[in-house]
Amino acid sequence: MTGGWADGRTVVVALSACALWTGVVEAQTIAITGGTIYPVSGPKIENGTLLLRDGKVAAVGLSVEIPASATRVDAKGGWITPGLIHGGSSLGLKLFDIGAQLETQEDTASGDVKAAFNVAEAVDPASIAIPVARLEGVTSSISKPAVGLFPGQAVLLDLAGDRVEDMVAQSPVAMMVDLGQGGKPAGGGSRGRTLQRFRRIMRDALEYDRRRDDFRRNQMQPLAASADDLEALLPVLRGRLPLFVIANRRSDLENALKVAREFDLKIVIWGGAEGWQVAPELARAKVPVLLEPLTNVPRFEALNARLDNATLLWKAGVKVGVAQQDAALFRDLRQAAGNEVRNGMSWDAALRSVTLSTAEAAGVADRYGSLEAGKVANVVVWSGDPLEFSSKVNHLYIRGREIPLVSRQTELLDRYRTLPPRY
Amino acid sequence: MVLLSGCAAATRGAPAAGDSLSALRPQYVSTYLHHPGKPVVIRNATILTAAGPELSRGSILLQDGKIAAVGGNVTAPPDAIVVDGSGKYVTPGIIDAHSHLGVYAAPGTESQSDGNEATDPNTAQVWAEHSFWPQDPQIPLAVAGGITVIQALPGSANLIGGRSATLRLIPARTVQAMKYPGAPYGVKMACGENPKRVYGDKGPSTRMGNMAGDRTAFAKAEKYRRDWDAWLTEKEGDPPERDLQLETLADVLRGKAFIQNHCYRADEMAQMLDLAREFGFHIRAFHHAVEAYKIADLLARDSVAAAVWADWWGFKMESLDGIPQNAALLQQAGARAIIHSDSEEGIQRLNQEAAKAMYAGRNAGINVTREQAIRWLTANPAWALGIDSTTGTLEVGKAADVVVWSGDPFSVYSKAERVYNEGWLVFDRADPRAQRTTDFNLGTSAPGVGQ
Repeated sequence: MTGGWADGRTVVVALSACALWTGVVEAQTIAITGGTIYPVSGPKIENGTLLLRDGKVAAVGLSVEIPASATRVDAKGGWITPGLIHGGSSLGLKLFDIGAQLETQEDTASGDVKAAFNVAEAVDPASIAIPVARLEGVTSSISKPAVGLFPGQAVLLDLAGDRVEDMVAQSPVAMMVDLGQGGKPAGGGSRGRTLQRFRRIMRDALEYDRRRDDFRRNQMQPLAASADDLEALLPVLRGRLPLFVIANRRSDLENALKVAREFDLKIVIWGGAEGWQVAPELARAKVPVLLEPLTNVPRFEALNARLDNATLLWKAGVKVGVAQQDAALFRDLRQAAGNEVRNGMSWDAALRSVTLSTAEAAGVADRYGSLEAGKVANVVVWSGDPLEFSSKVNHLYIRGREIPLVSRQTELLDRYRTLPPRY
Repeated sequence: MVLLSGCAAATRGAPAAGDSLSALRPQYVSTYLHHPGKPVVIRNATILTAAGPELSRGSILLQDGKIAAVGGNVTAPPDAIVVDGSGKYVTPGIIDAHSHLGVYAAPGTESQSDGNEATDPNTAQVWAEHSFWPQDPQIPLAVAGGITVIQALPGSANLIGGRSATLRLIPARTVQAMKYPGAPYGVKMACGENPKRVYGDKGPSTRMGNMAGDRTAFAKAEKYRRDWDAWLTEKEGDPPERDLQLETLADVLRGKAFIQNHCYRADEMAQMLDLAREFGFHIRAFHHAVEAYKIADLLARDSVAAAVWADWWGFKMESLDGIPQNAALLQQAGARAIIHSDSEEGIQRLNQEAAKAMYAGRNAGINVTREQAIRWLTANPAWALGIDSTTGTLEVGKAADVVVWSGDPFSVYSKAERVYNEGWLVFDRADPRAQRTTDFNLGTSAPGVGQ
């Protein structure tokens, strides 16, 4: 590897391995009993037991042996699910959308092609948005960079910890590319040209990889991007890192499928507002879609957006995960999933769309997204149906550790519950 | 002005006398007409009237655009269409007190960005209805969410943004045909970040600059009002020169136009209450009001409503202290809470937003009943818009603005199945012919708005 960014990436990869072990030291053995377990990977288990040990799910089922040393949690009447995974947010990277509060924004960097830009070291574990999202059952987030043809590399974060190293679960988890409206400036104003530039960058990455010696001896034509950025694209070109393609218009989705075939890429559609129109093609190509289920207002980039997009994709066999781009809505994953049910999706599929399907799209389903032995112990005990407004989080575990259900907002409530306030 | 509305009603459609003053002629009169249809009786439903206790297995009769009967035992005329309400819920039509539909129409292009006349911090002279596009494809999406009436507001770039329009969400060619007859005008004001950000060097650039700008505007309006009121009484000599900006503010001072004040922070709302006292007018509602819970007692004391989101926060500095118990705490303090959308997406499911706010309260030990929470969407916004004598509750004699829901409207799974706008079935989820589209929708392949 060459260049500082690539080195930075190596460090981050090392950190993620560390992070998993951090949980091991702190987490106890916890047995959650009496509730109904929705493992997502299989049918619900009534009056089951979920055993968490060393930050992992140790066992789940009806006849689980509970060690004497375990802390028992009575979840009678509760619904137990995996922690919800945000399919693409700026949690930990941004607070305000309006007013250019640059102090709170870390998800954008200048330039069009920033394939080597990894957001991990920009994450602020102290972000006050994180505890707020947790209170709605969100335990992990694909936190992503924004803006540009290649906005950069997204990371998977577990939403607890004092240090970035405690939070990073996979870095990078995906490379972002914008082949829609947002990518147009990189093509000088037209999608056609953006796509041309995209192809040239991908070809140059392969060329650079083939001719590293020539590159070092300065015996190559100028490349379409810096060596750091081309280097960062190689895992994508080798099919080892998912490429999250931001695309909404039907023709953008078709272009995404086309370039995926040309370069043999593992892509995930991010956005996909008109996805229902190409649902069979997406299903055939086994391309998952991370989408905002409540986006249905027509815009020129998606005149055919509709509220049951997620349902139609799911019915066609496409893997669907949920993302909510708007910072004001980061915590509302369960409302989004509830609306998927409202608009025709099965309840099981909707729960999957905020847990396992997202993990699968991101390539981390071996560790995340369901309650199975060996998986990371991100667990929520709900008072009832997690997709209903009437329910609340009773217990929340991240990497096997119980997280106190407090946030800046609960403190404000305590202060102002009766007036005058208690300062 | 007092004289104008009477004048308008008397002369609808007829050209005004050639020698009268423009200020005394009809001003952009509503041409709304009730849509005739057969009576409808909905039977055996759970009815949330927003005026009293829930009725289980209740019935409601809609006739000639009005609610003719509601209760456990309702007799319907033989020609009435009977709707089986078993397992279903009936509520008043939802009223969104804060919408930019039509003024920030979809698709969101610069060409149709008509909500902020961001050319001066005071544009009291502009009227939202003059920007409103009745073919905005967002309108049928909102109707499918059970919305019957909106207040379409100018944006919040300006200290005084202009007049709002209270509109019935019905298919129409002109905004005049949607205007709610007799609704007083709202006047949009904005505190805080937006006005001071937009005008920068020109000013205002600070919150104190915002206040000074407001006070300067109302100080001028005081004299304008006095001059005109004196002339209207005596009709002697030349009338004062007409000034559209001051005319709007004078109507605020007369109590005829209602201030609808975008204001996030508690301390700024308290400042605006003082400003209203200084000039002797009443602020009808604070909008957005993410910190209303901090001064719920002051709002209750001054009878100022607070229109809030369920849980938006953190998207700008002044929204930092938003909490999901805001509406519940307002309710607890006896203040008038409203759940508004300010969003082309949120308006499609305001029932869910109210549900979130209600349960956020309950789950924190603040008891809010469904009877109370339904008023956040109906009776309370009707009051803020000054139309509560004719809509907002299911009471005999009020407009037949009615939604039939597939289930409890406070469940995420429930949908508006039928929406009646003064008796007109403007949306029926079971009948594609009653899922009306705008002209803009034609030629695109998206199916009906019910999807």
